[in-house]
Amino acid sequence: MNSIILRTASPFLVGLTVLFSIYVLLRGHNEPGGGFIGGLIGASAFATYTLAEGAAATRRALVLSPIALAGIGLLIAGASGLASLLFGDAFLTGQWWFPAFNPELKYLSTVVLFDIGVYLVVVGAILAIIIGLEDET
Amino acid sequence: MSEMTGWLLVWPILLPVLASALAVVAWGRERTQTLIGFAGLLAQFVAALALFVQVWAQGPLAMSMGGWAAPFGIALAADTLGAGLTLIATLVALAIAVYAWADSTPEQRSGGLFPLVLALMTGVAGAFLTSDIFNLYVWFEVTLISSFGLIVLGGRREQIDGAVKYAVLNLLATTLLLIAIGLLYGLTGTLNMADLAAKVAQLPPGAALESIALLFLVSLGMKAALFPLYFWLPAAYHTPLPAVSALFAALLTKVGVYALIRVFTTVFPEGFALTREAMAWAAAATMLLGALGALAEVDLRRLVSYTVVSGVGVMVAGLAIGSEAALLAAIFYIVHSIIISAALFMAAGLVVRSAGSADIEQLSGLYKGVPWLAVAFLLAGLSLAGVPPLAGFWPKVYLVQAGLDAGAHMLVVAVLLSGFLLLLTVGRSFALVFWREAESAATPASPAPGASAALAGGGRHLRYALGALVLLTLLLGLYAAPVVEVALRAASELRAPGPYFDAVLGTAELRP
Repeated sequence: MNSIILRTASPFLVGLTVLFSIYVLLRGHNEPGGGFIGGLIGASAFATYTLAEGAAATRRALVLSPIALAGIGLLIAGASGLASLLFGDAFLTGQWWFPAFNPELKYLSTVVLFDIGVYLVVVGAILAIIIGLEDET
Repeated sequence: MSEMTGWLLVWPILLPVLASALAVVAWGRERTQTLIGFAGLLAQFVAALALFVQVWAQGPLAMSMGGWAAPFGIALAADTLGAGLTLIATLVALAIAVYAWADSTPEQRSGGLFPLVLALMTGVAGAFLTSDIFNLYVWFEVTLISSFGLIVLGGRREQIDGAVKYAVLNLLATTLLLIAIGLLYGLTGTLNMADLAAKVAQLPPGAALESIALLFLVSLGMKAALFPLYFWLPAAYHTPLPAVSALFAALLTKVGVYALIRVFTTVFPEGFALTREAMAWAAAATMLLGALGALAEVDLRRLVSYTVVSGVGVMVAGLAIGSEAALLAAIFYIVHSIIISAALFMAAGLVVRSAGSADIEQLSGLYKGVPWLAVAFLLAGLSLAGVPPLAGFWPKVYLVQAGLDAGAHMLVVAVLLSGFLLLLTVGRSFALVFWREAESAATPASPAPGASAALAGGGRHLRYALGALVLLTLLLGLYAAPVVEVALRAASELRAPGPYFDAVLGTAELRP
């Protein structure tokens, strides 16, 4: 799409939306939010970028292909479930790490890792579809 | 129970999903993907074997995911039926993977063949090993989504046509299943099948429960390709790659039949008169119409599709009779059908590959060009029809015996009649495709140079894959006793599911 307004605004919008999607991802730890919805917001950021700059630019910006991104996400999510094996717990049991310098920190856990995996799967899968459609047109 | 043995349940599901993710990361690198694909399927088979050995030695096994107590969290669980079917499914998937590798182009392989097969196998193992009915629905979705990808792989026009029919009817079936699960949850407030069994037994029988049971029969029957909703199967299964047809025919309908068996032995163990009646009639109609459809068909791959449908009727007949012996027959028949459906689709694919056509009225004299294929096809076909030394014979013997004991004469007649019709089908297609003299002019099947050329190269591996499955059905027929023993244990566990329930609910660590 060749719109000067969209092309001018998209870098700002993309940065802000990605930031917001990460906020939503981390907020999901104890409040509404999480990897799935965060991933949708993150994907919408790159969708905006694709509309403004085209599929090739998005591919460059992502570095990895979207489908590989989804695969890495799935690997992270699966591996986060495996961590409980080391502690003799059931599959997917959450494991927390409270570091000595700041025991209040609540984000260092396999649960967040799982959510990051979900985030990447959602971003990767949706972008694979959007870029595929953009290539067709 | 130590959590470490519980992990045996996780590996058959987790290993293929991790391998699938790895293969997706290697998107476009065909050799790497193939390697990961075989490694993943082999690892899944080893995991399934370990699980089966454990369940066989120690009885049912369960583990609640994330340590969340069982009726509330999701528990994976395996009894002999679940573990045994996982084992045979992963074994046959390995043979199919060899066939798929040798029969596909590099483009198809780098287009996602192995990641999708691994994802499908994840879903199949998940469905066999979950004890939560909503989780079962989720695994159905996993297999469905990966099968969509597999069915259009190659992107020919007729494939898209088949895929649309397949997708629409299967989505309808999963939606109905979701509605049935939702209604059941509304009535009982639980999704765990062991817990459901207890809650449903306490409810007064009535129209609500009976409607839900019927809805389960319709939605799962659609998945299993049961009359009157089997039409999507012959409309779709002949279009994808032969290996993909083999995988679908071997596993997808069987997952539907497994779900029917699980739901109608645990959640509705007594069943309801109307549901039982409907199930028996649907099974009989499926057997006969599947066999008649196969007899009338001239396209070899569609013919094989109809024989798969007919087999579904035999399994559901076992469930409809419902006695321990009948369930034994149904379970044995599932094992037999997983092997034989894959073998027949492979053989049909090889016929097309070596003669360039699937029209059995056009094909002729293939015996001269590819005698080993003729022998493999005949053995697989006779096993399908239930001819004595082969594996298809034994489950039908048990089923007829059980049917006579239970007075289900209609089903007995249907089993025998459909077996006869299938024998006719196999004889007819064998006589036409392999046996009759090649008519020199009109046929594209002048077998001498064309056949051997088409089967050169990767052809050797195709032969091994088909040969392995035919050998398996032969061995299962000659050494049926161990299979009967396993099926008997599985059937008696279904009829007396106490230990399974204890394993599932015992993982609830409610005690402080």
